[in-house]
Amino acid sequence: MSPRARYVLRRLLLAIPVIIAMSIFVFLMIHLVPGDPVQTMLGFRATPENVSTVRAQLGLDRPLLAQYLTWAGGLLHGNFGQDFISHTPVSTLLAQRLPVTIELTLLSMTLAVLVGVPLGVRAAARPGAVRQATEGFVVAGIAITDFWLGIMLVLLFAGIWQVLPPSGYVPLLKDPVENLRYLTLPVLALAFGEAAYILRTTRGAMEEVLGTQYILFLRAKGIAERRIVYRHALRNAAPPIVTVIGIQFGVLLGGAIVIESLFALPGVGRLIVTSIQQRNYVVVQGGVLVVAVLFILVTLVTDLIVRWLDPRTEEGAAT
Amino acid sequence: MSVAVTTSGAAPRTVWRRGILASRKGRWGFGILTGLALVAIFAPLLAPHDPNAIDATRILAPPDLAHPFGSDALGRDVLSRVIFAYRVSLGVAVGSTLLAFLVGVPLGLYAGYHGGWVDTAIMRPIDMVLALPAMLLAVALIAIIGPGSNISALAIAVIYMPILARVVRSSTLVVVSQTYVEAARARGTRSRTIITRHVLPNAIGPAIVQATILMGFALQIEAALSFLGLGAQPPTSSLGVMLADGRDVLTQAPWVEVFPGLAIAITVLAFNFFGDGLRSRLDPTGVTE
Repeated sequence: MSPRARYVLRRLLLAIPVIIAMSIFVFLMIHLVPGDPVQTMLGFRATPENVSTVRAQLGLDRPLLAQYLTWAGGLLHGNFGQDFISHTPVSTLLAQRLPVTIELTLLSMTLAVLVGVPLGVRAAARPGAVRQATEGFVVAGIAITDFWLGIMLVLLFAGIWQVLPPSGYVPLLKDPVENLRYLTLPVLALAFGEAAYILRTTRGAMEEVLGTQYILFLRAKGIAERRIVYRHALRNAAPPIVTVIGIQFGVLLGGAIVIESLFALPGVGRLIVTSIQQRNYVVVQGGVLVVAVLFILVTLVTDLIVRWLDPRTEEGAAT
Repeated sequence: MSVAVTTSGAAPRTVWRRGILASRKGRWGFGILTGLALVAIFAPLLAPHDPNAIDATRILAPPDLAHPFGSDALGRDVLSRVIFAYRVSLGVAVGSTLLAFLVGVPLGLYAGYHGGWVDTAIMRPIDMVLALPAMLLAVALIAIIGPGSNISALAIAVIYMPILARVVRSSTLVVVSQTYVEAARARGTRSRTIITRHVLPNAIGPAIVQATILMGFALQIEAALSFLGLGAQPPTSSLGVMLADGRDVLTQAPWVEVFPGLAIAITVLAFNFFGDGLRSRLDPTGVTE
C-alpha cells in the first residue's frame, strides 16, 4: 500500500472513534437534563400516565447501554427517533433542513475564499497601500459579530433601500433566482468575518513563503513576479490556508445557527434552537449530531487535501 | 529553539513600558479596556437614567442631548440600558474566560510536563471537545442545563478550556526541554516545585495572551446566545437581549440595534489590540499566532 493510501486509510479510521464519542455525548444529552427529562419535555401539567407512556416510547425505562445500542443501531439505519410534538421522524426533518444549512455555509465559504485569498495574496505581494487597506478589513471582520452585521444589512438593504427581502426562504429547485435573493444577506453576514480571517491567514502564509531563499532565487533568475506569486509561492502557502478554511467551516456551521434564526431560514441551526425552546430533546439530539458529523467530515477532507498539497505533512500536523 | 521569556525576572513596570504599552495597538487596547471596565464597574453612577424606567412620551424617540442613544419601544433610555447590559455581558465574558483559564492551564501544564499516557489521557478528551463547532457545543450544553447568563458563562468556559489547555501544553513542551528544567530535575527537585516555580512562570505567557483575546470573543458568543434566547433571561438585560428586543423596531428606531452592536465591536477590538500588545512581550515564540 502506498504511503498516501495508508494515510487516507489511517485518517478515515481515526474519524470513527471521534464520531462514536460524539454519538455518546449526544446520546447522553437527554440523560444529563436536570430532573426528569420527560417531565421537563411535557411540562408540569402532564399526568403520570402521559409521562410513563412517553418514557416508554423513548425507551428511557431501559438500561442505559441497551438504550445506547438501540439508538446507535437506529442511527446506522437513518433512524434518529421521532419528534414528539409533530410525530414526524427526525430524519425527515433533518433531510428537509440540511440542504438549507449546507447551501448557506457553502455559499458563505465560497464567497469568503473568493474574497479572502486573492486579497491576502495581493496584500503580501504588494506591501504598502494594499496591505493597509486589507488591515482595515481584517480589523472590521474580527470586531463585527456576524449576526449584528446581518441586522445592519437588513436595516440597509431591506429597510431603507428595500432591494432585498429581510427574511424567509425559497428552495433552490423551486426558483434559483429568488433563492439567491433570500440568501444574499445571510451569506454576506456569515462570509464577512470569514473572509477577513482567510485574508489574514493567506497574507501571513504568503509573506512567509515570499521571504524564503528559493523565491529570491526565482527572482534572480528573472521569472515574472506574477508567476512567482501565483505559481510558486501560493502553492507552497496553500496548506495552512486550506487548514484554516477547514477549521473556519466549523465556525460557519456554528454561525449558521444564529444567522438561520435571524433570517428565518429553515435550516438545521434554526431547528436546533426552536427545539431547545420547545424542550424537544430528540430533535436537538438529531440536529447536534448531524452538524457535528458534518464538521468531522469537513475536517477529514481538509486533512486529506492538505496531505495531497504537501506530502511532507505528518499525520495530525494539519489538525 | 529560543528560550521562552522569563516574565518573573523583569520588573513589572518594565514589562508594561517596554512590552505591552510600547506598541500603539497595545496602548489603544489598554486605554479602551480601562475605560470600558470603569463603565461596567460604575454603571449605576454613570447611567444617566434608570435603565428600566418606562416613559410613554419617549417611545422610539431618536437620540438627543438628554438621551444620546435615543429610546426604545417602551421609551426606556438606550444609553442607560447599554451601560447596564454591558455590565452583564462583560461579566459573563470575563467570568467564563477566567473559569476556562483556571481549569485549562493546570490541565495543559500537567499534560505537557508529564507527557506519555498522562498527556494522552488529558488531551484526547480535550481534542474531542475541539472537534465540535464551538457555537454548537455551547447550544448543546444549554439544551441540557437550560438557559441563563450563568449557564452561558459555563458553556463559553467549556468551549475555551480546551483551547487554553492546548496553548499551555504547547508552551510547556518548549519550557520542559530547557536546560534549567533539566538542571532542576537533576538536582532532585520535586515535580510539583519544578512545575510551579520554573515551568508555570515561563509557560503561562501565551495562555494569558490567548485568554485576553478570547475574552473579547466571549462577548460575541454571549451576545449570540442571548440573542437566540438561550443566554441571559429577562429581566436581566445583556447586549444580546437588547439586540433581540430591538429587532422588531429595527426600521423605526435603528439606534436600539446600532449601539449595543457597536459596544460589542469596540470591546472585541480592544481585547484584540491589548492581546497583540501582550503577545510581543509574553509570547515571543508565537504559540498563540
